[in-house]
Amino acid sequence: MSGEQRAPLKGKRILVAKPGLDGHDIGAKVVALALRDAGAEVVYTGLRKSPQHIARVAVDEDVDAVGLSILSGSHRELVAETMASLEALGGGDIRVFVGGTIPPEDQGELLAMGVRRIFTSEMTLARVIAELAQALS
Amino acid sequence: MSVAEKRFEFVELEKAPPTPLAVTPSGIPLPVVATAADHDPRSEGLPGQFPFTRGVFADGYQGRLWTMRQYAGFASAKESNRRYKFLLESGQTGLSVALDLPTQCGYDPTDPMARPEVGKVGVSLASLADMEILFDGIDLARVSTSFTINGTAAMIYAMYLACADKQGVPREKLTGTIQNDILKEYVARGTWIFPVRPSLRLIADTVLYANDATPRFNPISVAGAHVRDAGCTAVEEMAYTLANGLAYVEELIRRGGDIEKFAKRMSFFFYVHMDFFEEVCKFRAARRLWARLLKERYGVKDEMALMFRFGVVCGGSSLTAAQPYNNIVRVAVELMAAVMGGVQSVFTAAFDEAFQIPTEFSAELALRTQQVIAYESGIAKSVDPLGGSHLVEFLTDRMEEEIRKVMGEIDAYGGVVKAIEEGWLQARLAARALERKMAIDERRNIVVGVNAFQTEGEKMAGETFRLDPNARRSVLEAFAALQERRDAAAVETSLSRLSEAAAGERENLLPYLVDCCHAYATIGEMAGRLKKEWGSFREPIRL
Repeated sequence: MSGEQRAPLKGKRILVAKPGLDGHDIGAKVVALALRDAGAEVVYTGLRKSPQHIARVAVDEDVDAVGLSILSGSHRELVAETMASLEALGGGDIRVFVGGTIPPEDQGELLAMGVRRIFTSEMTLARVIAELAQALS
Repeated sequence: MSVAEKRFEFVELEKAPPTPLAVTPSGIPLPVVATAADHDPRSEGLPGQFPFTRGVFADGYQGRLWTMRQYAGFASAKESNRRYKFLLESGQTGLSVALDLPTQCGYDPTDPMARPEVGKVGVSLASLADMEILFDGIDLARVSTSFTINGTAAMIYAMYLACADKQGVPREKLTGTIQNDILKEYVARGTWIFPVRPSLRLIADTVLYANDATPRFNPISVAGAHVRDAGCTAVEEMAYTLANGLAYVEELIRRGGDIEKFAKRMSFFFYVHMDFFEEVCKFRAARRLWARLLKERYGVKDEMALMFRFGVVCGGSSLTAAQPYNNIVRVAVELMAAVMGGVQSVFTAAFDEAFQIPTEFSAELALRTQQVIAYESGIAKSVDPLGGSHLVEFLTDRMEEEIRKVMGEIDAYGGVVKAIEEGWLQARLAARALERKMAIDERRNIVVGVNAFQTEGEKMAGETFRLDPNARRSVLEAFAALQERRDAAAVETSLSRLSEAAAGERENLLPYLVDCCHAYATIGEMAGRLKKEWGSFREPIRL
């Protein structure tokens, strides 16, 4: 197995974030652990962060990607605010991914806002990592 | 070769290897055939007798069926009130209130952190005014109400008392439950507000006050449901919950509470997932272990105080968005496990819960599932119908041992409070959740429709429930109207008295909170004053 296969996210910096009040953080943590195992440098925000705070950390930490974990149904508002804040802080080139409970009919809207991919809990972690690696290459 | 692969091998009986062929999801090896030699008959006894392996009541469900309690709460108090009346008319016997995240985390709906979440996962109860609408036309003396509330449990309980006062219902007639279990919030559910120690104080205040003011109300429901749903095993679910339960017992004793009294009003709350026998046995094992621990450690004498009463949710993360109708079957199997385990109160999740807020159709079907099992299947007739099964008694014994072992590991770390403050328990749970996910990804655990037997090109089934788009606006309008209407001076007086009492350590804060609620102080104001005195929890980030 080549190094790239073992650590497909080597050299990438990724912020895993929990915007809003949703306290279900296990998905975010599982993904953070899996990304780290895949070679990424992972920053995890912890719970209850405002979109503005998340954008600030993303820019300050100079990350390649932000993963937003949202299970409360507030994805439209929280994603829109995070995208706007990233833009305002000069982080418009940071790629944004979303995971959590996102109804299929809302996914198009998030993608239209500029979200690169939406990951659901039933996707395998291997697929999440592969898609991330492809999107970040 | 992994154990899971071995399980499917053809084995000739006379050559069966002495090693176990299968293990439970908690990792307990199962015998091919269990026999009398596999369990200890001394622990079994009779229902209604210590150590309650076979149930807390001698007559089981012949005396009283379990409470069918569906979780519901939508956006505005008015809309929720309509749904509650519908559920009560459909034959539901208790109400369960889902609250929105701002209410759970102590923010007013106008707070910038709250704005996107108002009315999303439950009803917004910013003040007594909202609760009056929520229970309009519902007699609080006749209905038992359960609130899934933790960080702001003391405030919501105070609001409920104020609401009963307004209805003219004597407080001692109130029945119901508040979850009021903050420890697991730090580990899995995340609606904490204050640091661990002042939070424990607030919980003890609520329990001690409620024991006197509302003797038929359960002021704490120690919950394993959320850690389980996040990814831990059934053994860990029980171990973490009993460890948290003992932490509350210690705090209540420290505050001068009488364990013979408060323990009677402690209840428990769990998830039921799919491994049938492990689920049945975890309840039997934990019920017995709780009774034994209270007797061994605290010398509790009153049998009522030793009784481990619990409610469950069937569904949660065992349900799948893929092939959602399979979830109806899963919930029925889980419900049967809970009934065989001796449950007191059940919420059956709707089959579409994995991807949306349930519709009226799916919510009704979930309730009907309980009615079919209760009235048609016959499994509720004899108490503990699986008692005496060699496998069930073997697994009950083994699970009790394993639960004790995990509790010992927490003790060895320095107890739950330390384990939470330092993020040890949270990290342990995350690692376990990763293992569970990998086991599904790698098909070591089969989930029908997800990693096996998938449907090509599957489309999501069913209708979609949409929240009223005007709900947030109506919550905000009601909130603004309240500011105009209430007596600002009375609000300020009640809040400053609360602050003063919270600054000291001796006084029970509940009477102050009830006064605040009567004055129509808001959740954000009450939580805000306490935060000023106690600070906020600083989440340890440890992966």
